[in-house]
Amino acid sequence: MSAVVDARGLSCPQPVMMTLNRIEALGKGVIEVLVDTDTSMENVARLAKNKGWSVKEIQDEGTGYKLVLEK
Amino acid sequence: MMKLKNVFASRWGIIAVGALIGVLATLLQKFGNPPNMGICVACFERDIAGALGLHRAEVVQYLRPEIIGFVLGSFLSALLFREFRPRAGSAPIARFVLGVFAMIGALVFLGCPWRAVLRLAGGDWNAILGLAGLAAGIWIGTLFLKGGYNLGRSQSTYPSVGLMMPIIMLGFLAFIFLNPHIPGEPKSGILFYSLKGPGSMSAPLWISLAAGLVIGILAQQSRFCTMGAIRDLILFRQTHLFGGFAALLVFAFLSNFFLGQFHPGFQNQPIAHNLHVWNFAGMTLAGLAFALAGGCPGRQLFLSGEGDGDAAVFVVGMIVGAAISHNFGLASSPAGIGPHGAAAVIVGLIVCLFIGFTMRHKSA
Repeated sequence: MSAVVDARGLSCPQPVMMTLNRIEALGKGVIEVLVDTDTSMENVARLAKNKGWSVKEIQDEGTGYKLVLEK
Repeated sequence: MMKLKNVFASRWGIIAVGALIGVLATLLQKFGNPPNMGICVACFERDIAGALGLHRAEVVQYLRPEIIGFVLGSFLSALLFREFRPRAGSAPIARFVLGVFAMIGALVFLGCPWRAVLRLAGGDWNAILGLAGLAAGIWIGTLFLKGGYNLGRSQSTYPSVGLMMPIIMLGFLAFIFLNPHIPGEPKSGILFYSLKGPGSMSAPLWISLAAGLVIGILAQQSRFCTMGAIRDLILFRQTHLFGGFAALLVFAFLSNFFLGQFHPGFQNQPIAHNLHVWNFAGMTLAGLAFALAGGCPGRQLFLSGEGDGDAAVFVVGMIVGAAISHNFGLASSPAGIGPHGAAAVIVGLIVCLFIGFTMRHKSA
């Protein structure tokens, strides 16, 4: 099952907090995270790795990034 | 397409940037900046407010080139690495108010988080109270964050909105060249210049500007943030940003030690007072305001350089806050806190709590 976290337009630490909440709620699965800055993209990727999730894909969508996290 | 990996955002990258800031700050002191104030974002914005005549405290008036360099360095870096993203609209007036009270709190302590670390690295033990207050304020901020506090989403906007702060800083740079300091004169054209006190102490213009630009570029890429360092440690047990914060302290201390700038003690520390309660409380207010606004004063400058119009509003709030602090007797001096400093800290804490309690969105 895939979940979407839309953190576009939100600044630190919201994208990380929202992703963390979803990671803890799901336990495992696939999460798509939408962010609009490089900082948020790096922070979410770092969080995922720290929590044992893999970053399958980071798509540059021009106005932001879509990260696909999986465990 | 994946971007090239950003080495400065790695663990060792941010540690290297923190170390470099520590060394550059202590060298700026060697070149003439005030003691234990090689770089202080709050103090330097306060000096800028003075240079522009927004307040008339004669000892703190100088249009600090480091601040200009921070924003322009960040701007250049954001352009170079294709990270310039004009955005704005996330509760700007709340950010302005947070900026005002962040500055008021910082000037009760006499320094931003960077200077708190530099003061400690120079042996000023009063900074321990300031740093403890900073951590306490950020801890309160994390409680709000856990409760759903946030300032809402920003929107992508016109490039010119993102360019505002870099353009303002270019204007400030033009002011310096058009109104250069005339030795012995308190005013040159439209700019005020201190003849005594910390505002009169400065490294040469080009050195200050170059150091600011280098730090601006590296800090933009590394996302260096002193508030975030403590916040992430409390909120996520994450030490990434803290690595940079710790490196700043360690390398500033080592550099001070070798430059003969380490003078340990509580008494007679430069541009500091030893009223422990107010050192703590001032920085509690500042720390809470930084946490609610999402970045330390340095980080807000770097964000404003990469197109964040909301961070720019926070910066303007800090500059206005400095003017308010000095015009209304809120700012401290080595003699102690200002006549209305204590009241301002209490009012500031109430305002921050109001913002924290009322701006929450549970669906996040």
